[in-house]
Amino acid sequence: MSTTMEHAQLSAHLDALTDEAITIIREVATECENPVLLFSGGKDSAVLLHLALLAFAPARLPFPVMHVDTGHNFAEVIDYRDQLVQDWNVRLVVASVQESIDKGRVVEDTGPRASRNRLQSVTLLDALAEHGFDAAFGGGRRDEDKARAKERILSFRDRQGRWDPRQQRPEPWDILNPRIRKGEHLRAFPLSNWTELDIWRYIERHAVPLPDIYLSHTRTVVQRDGMLLAVGGPVVLEPGETAFDAVVRYRTVGDASCTGAVKSTAADVHDVLAEVAAARITERGATRADDTFSESAMEDRKREGYF
Amino acid sequence: MSILDNTSTTLRIATAGSVDDGKSTLIGRLLHDTKTVFEDQLAAVAKASRRYGDGETNLALLTDGLRAEREQGITIDVAHRYFATPRRSFIVADTPGHAQYTRNMVTGASTSDVAIVLVDARHGVLDQTRRHSLIASMIGVQAIVLAVNKMDLVEWSEARFHEITAEVRAFVGALAHPVPVTAIPISALLGDNVVEASSNTPWFDGATLLDFLEEFEIHPHVEVGARLHVQRVIRPQGGEHADFRGQAGVVSGGWFRKGDAVTVLPSGLTSTIRALYRWGDEVPEAGPGQAIVVQLDTNVDVARGDALVADAPVAPVVGDDVVVDICWMVERALTPGSRWWFKHGTRSGHATVTSIEHVLDPTTLGQHDTSELLLNDLGRVRLLLSEPIVADPYHVLPETGRLILIDPADHSTAAAGMLHRVGTPA
Repeated sequence: MSTTMEHAQLSAHLDALTDEAITIIREVATECENPVLLFSGGKDSAVLLHLALLAFAPARLPFPVMHVDTGHNFAEVIDYRDQLVQDWNVRLVVASVQESIDKGRVVEDTGPRASRNRLQSVTLLDALAEHGFDAAFGGGRRDEDKARAKERILSFRDRQGRWDPRQQRPEPWDILNPRIRKGEHLRAFPLSNWTELDIWRYIERHAVPLPDIYLSHTRTVVQRDGMLLAVGGPVVLEPGETAFDAVVRYRTVGDASCTGAVKSTAADVHDVLAEVAAARITERGATRADDTFSESAMEDRKREGYF
Repeated sequence: MSILDNTSTTLRIATAGSVDDGKSTLIGRLLHDTKTVFEDQLAAVAKASRRYGDGETNLALLTDGLRAEREQGITIDVAHRYFATPRRSFIVADTPGHAQYTRNMVTGASTSDVAIVLVDARHGVLDQTRRHSLIASMIGVQAIVLAVNKMDLVEWSEARFHEITAEVRAFVGALAHPVPVTAIPISALLGDNVVEASSNTPWFDGATLLDFLEEFEIHPHVEVGARLHVQRVIRPQGGEHADFRGQAGVVSGGWFRKGDAVTVLPSGLTSTIRALYRWGDEVPEAGPGQAIVVQLDTNVDVARGDALVADAPVAPVVGDDVVVDICWMVERALTPGSRWWFKHGTRSGHATVTSIEHVLDPTTLGQHDTSELLLNDLGRVRLLLSEPIVADPYHVLPETGRLILIDPADHSTAAAGMLHRVGTPA
């Protein structure tokens, strides 16, 4: 097959994914009374927010975005978030894991490997209840994880915020059933059918701004559990560990305590696309310590209300 | 079929067939042999296979991702997987075989262009094989691939393959909407005729499964003329676009062009397209599957649920009295006089069951009288809707010919419905 034909095919595929995502965003935003878009500062939520802006143009985004802040963020990501909400003129709500800890809603793990990742579920559910959000858009993709591969585009959560993978509503065609009772809510995943490569193709096509840490840079890291973790902040050296400088980039952006960097010299989006196309390890397998702890880590977290 | 329309060459596939016929193993094999499984996924599956005592790497675990599925060795809900070869992108829905999870099979099959119906060569055609083939044809897949699996366990018997193929062809040929069937003898476990042609079937000269899927041409739907169910009215109400007013929605059935005359239904008001926008930019025309905003020349009354329709060879029907083929998906029975909510396009309202015309016997295809439809039944019902819909028969234009019913008691999605006829009460 010629590369021109292959390019046309990929382009048509991305067109169709884009139309599908915009349609889902419009539908959920119109059917639900008080939606919110969950924004982590990562590439998927940046693409999701970009699509949401296109969905309502030339009108403004008719709902706010919410960042669940673990307090263990990369500084570059917070700077990026604040710049983006200003440039794109969107309303930002911040839900703080630190506040949940201070209020005694959650108890923080201790020790050098403690992560706040799992605590986010409580902060997220509390914030949804506090603001009365009845639908939350997320950037989750089915190709990320085997539990996500099972989830509907419009996914029901009970009064405790739980996902029951055995009792999902059927979802024939593209007709979304948004009916809920008070206290229940919905999660909507417009990027369900996207892969990591689709996300990067969209970023290239629309020049979506991202935090610098997605591109190659030099960073002081430590090798732990097969991952390169940035030293500083929540990651403290254990006895026997040695910090060293490495040329890396991040393939995903999450809580700094459990998000690993990958060795990379990819200096721009074009390089990243080539790298992702050739990758032999999934993005979560390569960069998320918390997902490799157990076989059903993601399913267990999702049942509790995780993203 | 889906809003990933036929202008894209992406092919959407669903598996179908009975429990233990090897659906998940086949998808695992397809992913593995097209080199689309990542190293860490394969390592995790190998580890899980040992844990569940499956011996060798069990490729079904690539799609059976829930704990309950792995513990029981079954598929409960549909898994979506994505892969691409140099020739084509694929979206695969691996669906469950158990009768009790038929609703999840419907979810997976509803957006698919091609259904891969698996049959265990030892057991032959079972009730679930027929039920799933029937559902696939009702939903309107464009082709069925009959994958006669576990051929290694019947000594690669050509006679057995032809026997099963003849039985499926006869059944599918007798359906109200027959679908072309292509049969392939395979072993999902060993990989024969999945990606690589098998030396065990010298008597078979057809394509392998992957070759067939790569070369399958999605037929475009007949152009009946553009329709758009309005999702939302876009009104910036301030700033430089303060006077802008546009109707957002997805196009189906044909193309809208700048300057075209359009009719608003059900009202019948008419206007002209001043401009079309896709992804925030003005475009000269917009076609099937595209998410757009239409700006009209005059300020006519158009709200969510209304339809914009171009002058067209085939006009849609406006009506509240509909006859629908349905897959019933909840425990509570559908009975004459029962009331549900419906959602069709962007229109929602109440639906009252006027009558049940028949229930289908998926084995004999006989149409029987019944006083109720039960979980997993396939049947035809007549509904009276609280609001008129702008629709087409499903087999004319699927996008405007489908609806869901919702149970007002617990908000569950109760039925997938395909419009057989749309009318107004006499």
